[in-house]
Amino acid sequence: MAEVFQAIDQFPVTLKTWLLGHAAGVMPEWALPLLSAALSITPILAVFPLLFALTTVIERKGLGRIQNRRGPNRVGIPLTNIRLAGFGQFIADGIKSLTKEDIVPRSADKVVHFLAPIALLIPVLLTYSVLPFGRNMVPLDLPQTGLLFFFALGASTELSVFMAGWSSRNKYSLLGAMRAIAQMVSYEIPLILSALTVVMIAGTLSLSGIVESQAEVRFGFLHSWHLFTPWGLVGFFLFLTAAAAEANRTPFDLPEAESEIIAGYFTEYSGFKFAIFFLAEYLGLFAMCGLGITLFLGGWLPPFKFLGFIPSWCWFLGKLVALILLFIWLRGTLPRLRTDQLMGFAWKFLLPMTLINLFVAGLWHLSVTSVPMTVRWIGGFALLAIPYWLLGRGFEAKVGKREYRFAN
Amino acid sequence: MLGTGILKGMVETAKNFAGSYHDPERLTTVEYPEQRIAPKENARQFPMLIHDTEDPMKGLRCVACQICEKECPPQCIYIVKSKDKRADYKGQMQFYPATFDIDISVCMSCQICVEVCPFESIKMDTEFELSNTDRFGGLLIHKEQLAKSNEHYRKIHPADAAASDAVLAAEVAKAQAKAKADAEAKAAKAAAEAKAKADAAVAGTVPAPATSTAPQPTSPPAAPAA
Repeated sequence: MAEVFQAIDQFPVTLKTWLLGHAAGVMPEWALPLLSAALSITPILAVFPLLFALTTVIERKGLGRIQNRRGPNRVGIPLTNIRLAGFGQFIADGIKSLTKEDIVPRSADKVVHFLAPIALLIPVLLTYSVLPFGRNMVPLDLPQTGLLFFFALGASTELSVFMAGWSSRNKYSLLGAMRAIAQMVSYEIPLILSALTVVMIAGTLSLSGIVESQAEVRFGFLHSWHLFTPWGLVGFFLFLTAAAAEANRTPFDLPEAESEIIAGYFTEYSGFKFAIFFLAEYLGLFAMCGLGITLFLGGWLPPFKFLGFIPSWCWFLGKLVALILLFIWLRGTLPRLRTDQLMGFAWKFLLPMTLINLFVAGLWHLSVTSVPMTVRWIGGFALLAIPYWLLGRGFEAKVGKREYRFAN
Repeated sequence: MLGTGILKGMVETAKNFAGSYHDPERLTTVEYPEQRIAPKENARQFPMLIHDTEDPMKGLRCVACQICEKECPPQCIYIVKSKDKRADYKGQMQFYPATFDIDISVCMSCQICVEVCPFESIKMDTEFELSNTDRFGGLLIHKEQLAKSNEHYRKIHPADAAASDAVLAAEVAKAQAKAKADAEAKAAKAAAEAKAKADAAVAGTVPAPATSTAPQPTSPPAAPAA
């Protein structure tokens, strides 16, 4: 039985080795690394855009239900009456955006306008290369620089956003791009600082190394995910907040605030280029969620040891879907922040909290052997909860119920 | 504390999410082409022309006075007055519209034409499924399509239709009363003249002067048809 489960777990890896073994006899020597790369890339290009397509439908349906509507429930299989509860909607959307006219403003910088969506999609896709999707399943294992590579590529998306905003020659595009730059630069710091705690504890920048550092089993059943520590719990939520801002998700969707600046930096994009922006945005969110899973939620590890029979890539995908659903839920709940609130939140709350979290993680690491477990937990939570309460006071609503003095 | 409001909001949205599945009462929308909400009485879309008889073109209340055409803010009404006249619901001879077109791509549903119409002729319809593949000709509605029966009006806007019917009934009653009064006056005048003639014949050779002193029936001068 165990062999069967292991075979399912390692199926993608064995399939790739088998294909490479057969190709070795047929193909020239120099082509084999290329084939190996292509075989690693293909599942990423197949799975994640499909997940994006399904997410668009799930998001619309979920938001609809949150607002007591039905959401899309018509489009099923074309030319039949099978509706699939609306899950064919993404095909219709895809056909629509593929066949729409591609409009480029007359005074736009045409080369940059054309390059911007590509310059956004490529780094986002490249970030997937270092994520461990399952046991032995990391397309590009960088033992020294995995996390650094991820953040370097994540930061380069800012360039393409500004390319799009600047080249469109449209004030809304430029406003959106400026907002995006301000937001992404501000939130990059808490994002990296909250991820740094894990690097401190795990002692490696390799993402598969970070997953393995969480493989230790506690109390005989519980994997030691970094989430199950005071600094990990706080760090995970700080990371999620910063990731939402990096991925332009509500409540941090100022760069494309529809009700204020039309569509932000991609106002002047239509048809397939718009679809690429849309795709890249969601793929960026998935990559951020994947990184959060790898850093704090044990990557492809199950929470409990006895659930280890479920294939590792199922765990990764399951956690990814859970985080996506959480983001959809947040989108259905929270209104958009104002720019000053956005900046204030990043610099006055997230940055101090991540620094304190780094300090707590350091203490946690130093007191591994000397201090009993309960004291470390209570001390760690106290060190985080008190600054949280103190810093949070400034962000609570100061306005009570409004009294209309002259109307009464 | 910071974050409690977010949690409270998330509980609320989760309640909506779960509630919309097991409690259909929560759903604010219906699945439109199959399900429809009962129309609201005050709904209005575009104007229609009311007719009273079986044949819509013969019974149009419109007398082509062109007030609505002149008042229409976006100028979407086009009327051509007929050359001949025909009897209206009171039996009075009136013009009728040879052409009556409304461009519903221009109409802004302001209802000013309804308010200025002195003949209770143009009213607002509730028909909204007017999509068309021809955006020019298809959205120019002619009088054949505009003509709707009074029963239809009573069905979609019962209160307004009752008021309109009352106005028309009053008009008819007034016209009938006037006709009756006119008839009585005529009869009285004829009787007086006959009497005067008879008197003259009885009186002898000198006929009474034609300027009869018989009292004229007190009838107001014929008012122009309202």
